[in-house]
Amino acid sequence: MSTSSTDLSAEERLVQAFEANEGQALNGAASLGEIRREAISRFSTLGLPGPKSEAYKYSPVTRALRHEYEVNVDAEPEHGVTESDVDDLLLPGLDAHIITLVNGRFDADLSRIGDLPDGVIARDFHGASAEHADLISEHFAQYADHRERVFVALNTAFTKDGAFVYVPNNTILEKPIHVLNVTSTDRDLFIQPRNLVIAEQSASATVIETDHTLTDSQTFTNAVTEIAVGANAHVDHYKVQAEGENASQVNNISAYQTRDSLFSTTTFTLSGRLVRNNLHITADAENCESRLYGLFMGRDEMHVDNSTLVDHTMPNCMSDELYKGILDDDATGVFNGKVFVHRDAQNIKAYQSNDNILLTNDADIYTKPELEIYADDVQCSHGATSGQLDEEAMFYLRSRGLSRSQAQSMLLVAFAGDIVDHVEVEPLREVLSETVTERFAETSEAATRWKA
Amino acid sequence: MALLEINDLHVSVEDSEILRGVDLTIDTGQTHAIMGPNGSGKSTLAKVLAGREEYEVDRGSVLFEGEDILGDEPDERAEKGIFLAFQYPVELPGVSMNNFLKESVNKVREARGEEPLGAADLLQQIREKAELVGLNADLTKRSVNEGFSGGEKKRNEIFQLAMLEPKLAIMDETDSGLDIDALRAVADGVNKLRTDDRGFMVITHYQRLLNYIVPDRVHVMIDGRIVRSGGKELAVELEDKGYEWVREDAAVAA
Ligand SMILES: Nc1ncnc2c1ncn2[C@@H]1O[C@H](COP(=O)(O)OP(=O)(O)OP(=O)(O)O)[C@@H](O)[C@H]1O
Ligand SMILES: [Mg+2]
Repeated sequence: MSTSSTDLSAEERLVQAFEANEGQALNGAASLGEIRREAISRFSTLGLPGPKSEAYKYSPVTRALRHEYEVNVDAEPEHGVTESDVDDLLLPGLDAHIITLVNGRFDADLSRIGDLPDGVIARDFHGASAEHADLISEHFAQYADHRERVFVALNTAFTKDGAFVYVPNNTILEKPIHVLNVTSTDRDLFIQPRNLVIAEQSASATVIETDHTLTDSQTFTNAVTEIAVGANAHVDHYKVQAEGENASQVNNISAYQTRDSLFSTTTFTLSGRLVRNNLHITADAENCESRLYGLFMGRDEMHVDNSTLVDHTMPNCMSDELYKGILDDDATGVFNGKVFVHRDAQNIKAYQSNDNILLTNDADIYTKPELEIYADDVQCSHGATSGQLDEEAMFYLRSRGLSRSQAQSMLLVAFAGDIVDHVEVEPLREVLSETVTERFAETSEAATRWKA
Repeated sequence: MALLEINDLHVSVEDSEILRGVDLTIDTGQTHAIMGPNGSGKSTLAKVLAGREEYEVDRGSVLFEGEDILGDEPDERAEKGIFLAFQYPVELPGVSMNNFLKESVNKVREARGEEPLGAADLLQQIREKAELVGLNADLTKRSVNEGFSGGEKKRNEIFQLAMLEPKLAIMDETDSGLDIDALRAVADGVNKLRTDDRGFMVITHYQRLLNYIVPDRVHVMIDGRIVRSGGKELAVELEDKGYEWVREDAAVAA
């Protein structure tokens, strides 16, 4: 008896797709095949988050996956993305190494990697897995936990392509890497890019990932980015999510820090339908500094969920976390931040906060900042605020002649500015600041560069 | 026609009545001082005049240049020329003074039918007015009131007053928290702004300020009413005798 696909659960469909594609999904070392098979079996065991899942309590990802997305394994040669589309999405004034992924697959014609310092690699993951099998097997699937995290497991099983960045010892990569994620398809695709960034000892790099949608079809991206930050290395990472209103994503970022390293990541969620960010930082050696910032701006029916974990396993580290949300219309925001300080991790400074502004009565926010501390000599703080714009501040501005919407826009831009100001890359900061200002401008219809 | 005419104004917040029938008229060119014990309703009156929405006007009228303004939004009142220097100026982290001044000044200018100021002219104005009221011009490069000292915040209020050139300036305890030099500087600034086409309502607890800004009339507010009015010597008398004396008087009169 043949079973029509509609009778299958999302899990079953995904496992079937794995079986159908397994053979040709990934080139490269045989050991990766083993990891992928382990990952699919973990995926089957863990299953998609059920209604009782604490981690996905407020975010209906499983429901979203009932839609029958086509699992994309092969590149779509007819994706229709042109050089000028790419031009429109680049950051004016930013000289960067550009890696373009279309529907999760590297596109050489649309990438502009340019000259790289000696020893630096910036290219497609697929090709790198064959040519740099040693680096891949040393780092791949070492930081993102495919055994316990269902979306990491799923992505790992389907690993095929993405961006690969390697910066060797003592090398400073001056220009940022810009990974341009473009979705352009007539089909309802399930897209799973897999990225790996390795900064070896005393290396330094900036990686900017931006997500864009050029078409109207429904898509679901489940991305994994692993970032290895070597001893005394410095990695600045930015993620800008500016997808279309039919695009959903689960974005998994796992960073692993060794001693004396600095890792900072800032996530901007500007648009999209359902966006879930799983950010996981492990500070696994002494004297690490971790910075995580985020700004999410929900409107219409958008749903944005930031779930972060900072894992302090070793002493003398510091982490600073600030997420801000502005929710308009019927949008929903979720912030679930956890800082975990292990028993031997003494002398940790960890700060965490989440502040939200709700612009309508229909907007919702669920926030849970959490500290779990087993060491005794720590300096930690956490907190969350959610509310409307401050009435007293509004009155002050309006008593000086500003209209309600002018005053509101001024206060929102200031509120968001706290996060935008953390961006060290000036052209990126400018575009973001423009986007935020235009979003909240009196005539909020103004088109922005990254408006979905 | 009076600049400001308040008739039998009753105001409540959350069902408790705070102003219980205020009558007050200020002619253009005049400066009126309002004194009175803590909690008597002085700031409430100031905020109601500026259009704060949380206060409920139960009865009475407020005419500004003969026109009822109680239905106006706070920004409409600002555009008509009403300015409130706050007792507790609000800190606005991330809102730059420059940007704020540009929008505010140009909104008010537009309402007066004047051309918006360009960046260079605005800067020039900022420099001039900052000097007039003794505001350190470096403060105009920061966020509005953020981290300003108490005195700096008060000076910033008078600085904005000077920038916006209102017809009616309401100063709510601008002198509280100022050291003696700052007080003199602010008072000098205000005195320069006292012109025939502008009126002032100065709320204060201290007669000292009124030595510098000499009022035409002094009013005493107690329990949401103006219970006594007089010339500038009334302030001196109050300083001597305290409010009990007026309170008793008022009780007898009632
Ligand atoms: N928003 C409010 N909610 C509740 N009560 C209020 C509110 N605003 C004012 N009041 C009350 O109204 C009364 C008058 O307050 P107001 O601030 O007008 O006094 P004031 O004369 O300015 O006092 P001070 O000299 O201490 O500045 C006080 O009892 C105050 O607690
Ligand atoms: Mg007061």
